Amino acid sequence: MKFDNEFFSLGYIDRLSYKETFIHNIDARVKLAISLVFIICVVSFPKYEVLSLIPFFIFPVVFLAVGEIPLNFVLKRIALVFPFVFFIAIFNPIFERKVAFYIFNIPATYGMLSFFSILIRFVLSVSMLILLVATTSFSGICYALKYFRVPEIFITQLLFLYRYIFVLSEEAMRMVRAKDMRSFGKKGTELKFYVKLAGTLLIRSILRAEKIYYAMLARGFKGIMPYRKKRIFEKKDFIFLIVSVLLLYVFRFFDVIKLIGRIFVRGL
Amino acid sequence: MHMADALISPEVGISFWALSVGGIAYSAKKLKDNMDDKLIPLMGVLGAFVFAAQMINFTIPGTGSSGHLGGSMLLSILLGPYAAFVVMASILTIQALFFADGGLLALGCNIWNLGFYTSFIAYPLIYKPLAKNGKNTFLATLLSSIIGLQLGAFSVVLQTYFSGISELPFKAFVMLMQPIHLAIGIVEGIVTTAIIRFAASVKPDILEGVYNLNNQNTTGSMKKVILMFLILTFVVGGFLSWFASSNPDGLEWSIEKVYGKPELPEKEGGILTKIKEIQEKFAILPDYTFKKVETKETPAQKEEEKYPNIDVGTTVSGVVGSIMVILLLMGTGFLIKAFKKRTV
Amino acid sequence: MSHHIIKFEKVEYEYPDGTKALKGIDFTITHGESVGIVGANGSGKTTLLMHLNGYILPTSGKINIGDLVLNKHTRQEIRKKVGLVFQDPDDQLFMPTVHEDVAFGPLNMGFDSKKVDEKVKKALEIVNCYDLKDKPPHHLSGGQKRAVAIATVIAMEPDILAMDEPSSNLDPKSRRALINLLKSFTHTKIIASHDLDMILDVCERCIVLKDGLIVADGPSLKILSDEKLLEENNLELPLRLQKK
Repeated sequence: MKFDNEFFSLGYIDRLSYKETFIHNIDARVKLAISLVFIICVVSFPKYEVLSLIPFFIFPVVFLAVGEIPLNFVLKRIALVFPFVFFIAIFNPIFERKVAFYIFNIPATYGMLSFFSILIRFVLSVSMLILLVATTSFSGICYALKYFRVPEIFITQLLFLYRYIFVLSEEAMRMVRAKDMRSFGKKGTELKFYVKLAGTLLIRSILRAEKIYYAMLARGFKGIMPYRKKRIFEKKDFIFLIVSVLLLYVFRFFDVIKLIGRIFVRGL
Repeated sequence: MHMADALISPEVGISFWALSVGGIAYSAKKLKDNMDDKLIPLMGVLGAFVFAAQMINFTIPGTGSSGHLGGSMLLSILLGPYAAFVVMASILTIQALFFADGGLLALGCNIWNLGFYTSFIAYPLIYKPLAKNGKNTFLATLLSSIIGLQLGAFSVVLQTYFSGISELPFKAFVMLMQPIHLAIGIVEGIVTTAIIRFAASVKPDILEGVYNLNNQNTTGSMKKVILMFLILTFVVGGFLSWFASSNPDGLEWSIEKVYGKPELPEKEGGILTKIKEIQEKFAILPDYTFKKVETKETPAQKEEEKYPNIDVGTTVSGVVGSIMVILLLMGTGFLIKAFKKRTV
Repeated sequence: MSHHIIKFEKVEYEYPDGTKALKGIDFTITHGESVGIVGANGSGKTTLLMHLNGYILPTSGKINIGDLVLNKHTRQEIRKKVGLVFQDPDDQLFMPTVHEDVAFGPLNMGFDSKKVDEKVKKALEIVNCYDLKDKPPHHLSGGQKRAVAIATVIAMEPDILAMDEPSSNLDPKSRRALINLLKSFTHTKIIASHDLDMILDVCERCIVLKDGLIVADGPSLKILSDEKLLEENNLELPLRLQKK
């Protein structure tokens, strides 16, 4: 039985999200909205578009550099999810053999184009997501969701869930370690043990929820989570929003790459 | 199986976002009306429990491969469909945000695939009737897990297919997904039953207490919920085909049908014209067609529309442009880093 | 306005599964007293504490807190007077940040934003944790969590402070900080603990529970020097009183 070390990355991203950089300090609502629009723009390109996707990289690059997020970290996360998408995308060049054009007598098929398109979309959308989360505190994201009218109970859920993942995962990890230390490498009745472990954890969780409930009652809880903080929308947030939207619009509907290329070629 | 942003089209992504948000809103409303306050921390902690339990991999006896708990069936049994759906959605949201499991746009699909079928179809239609009076709980859990997962897996296939980004043939994908998820469903059913039984044997009163918290589960109202969602699906599907239709008149046609006159009263005109504008824009974009479904009978036409004309001449400036932009991007990155170092 | 008297009369409590945790408890605590509750595990300490806040109601007997008799209807009001701090601070810190956790109580009491911020600042400063206000709880150390948990309760300005094993899992420095903090509080204090040295430091009076009954009630120094009594209750002399 193995405890997934993914848990540690949760803690790592969480700590990254509390840094103090320009990007971190941009209002969470703006970042969330921009990320969503970004992903929609990227994903809305026709199937065989490859080059037009490239300018979009400016967003992850800026977020990464200004936000001081380690590149290795982002790459590792992308690499983790990459195989799945690759496995599905690889069918494109296999099934679609019609040739689009030739580069020095080497055929480039439509299948290849859509293959690369998928991969680039993938890298763009995943990195944007990772960077959004790495530069925005989780409660900030929840606040943004609340602002966009996501139901109260769901937000409360997210906050509680996030809060207690750390607590419960540690409990689970302790139980797994304790078992491993007594197993001497034998794998025997793993499933049986998992059930016992999960069952025990389940009961402990329910009991803990009860205690939390009592703690809430003790502090006057009457059914609705009290909420207060209003984050102010500053000038820099507004500028960031406008610039981003403009860029996204231009990148999406204008052939920036060919424009630049043409200027350069003509200039030579 | 989680959907990824790169494999879905915006229409599919947004539609399922709409469906999932609708599901969450509806569940939230239902919960607000009936819920015992105690459920609030319980939902959060059980969500964390499922999350933590998912992080532990166990080996499946006989196969040697490792698996982990899904948890949606467990949540439905313990918390009832509405709470379970909300909790599952929150778990998937955190997985999407922190582990890039799926993606932001695909989150709507994932919540639907992994939450809706278990909570609102498998649980009320299969588990509850079978497990009445505490009998046949194993069979009930097993069957509902299997069916919930089968529906979810098939959903993934449909979403991928309708997005039209991946070339994976429909049949092949189905043949791949369904059997795998059958096996996963069986394991899920067994493990879920085992966990609940074990917990009940150790502390029966605690589980009883949890079951007692859930009293919003008459099969009658469930049927209404399901019917409502099916209708929603059709509405959304219809909406989708509007977008797909490169014929903007489709909108006016529908308006006429609905209102009896070709134009709407002034007030609503504003929003609808906006929608029409967006729709036209999409229609203008080359090859932006969802028509895969409708044009099956005209392969020649399909071929023609599908493949854009690629002009080698413009491709050269395209390549040069790309190189320039990439250099620009890298340059920007380094500049920012250098700037930061200097100001430290 | 503020009567800080706690009175337990023939209080009994039986759990749903039949276990009798309290079999007849009688005592009176007056305003400003600091009382330690000690006893073996399972003697009923935690159960007793949970009554103070109305989480559980006695299955028989009467409890007076201030001028209110504890029942279903007076619970909410009583919770404003009695602040209960649990053993596991993770059960008590459930909001995304320290500030929000400490503000939870005052917000529920209906104070406006400005007032709430004042109360939060005051409470956090008392426990020397104001600089942690924007941190999420899982970034805090054990001692910090404990301190913040206390702050969440004192932000509501209760008259009575009840604590369950407050010094458990604390490193010596944090423990010392806690002891000094508790000594500075003027609230009526009821502290259940195995840390007899702390009890000796903080509480002038001590109650010994055994199997749901009080077997001793008197000045801490007297009770905690009674070796025989302590040993009968799975306890030992406080370290400071032990002779080499």
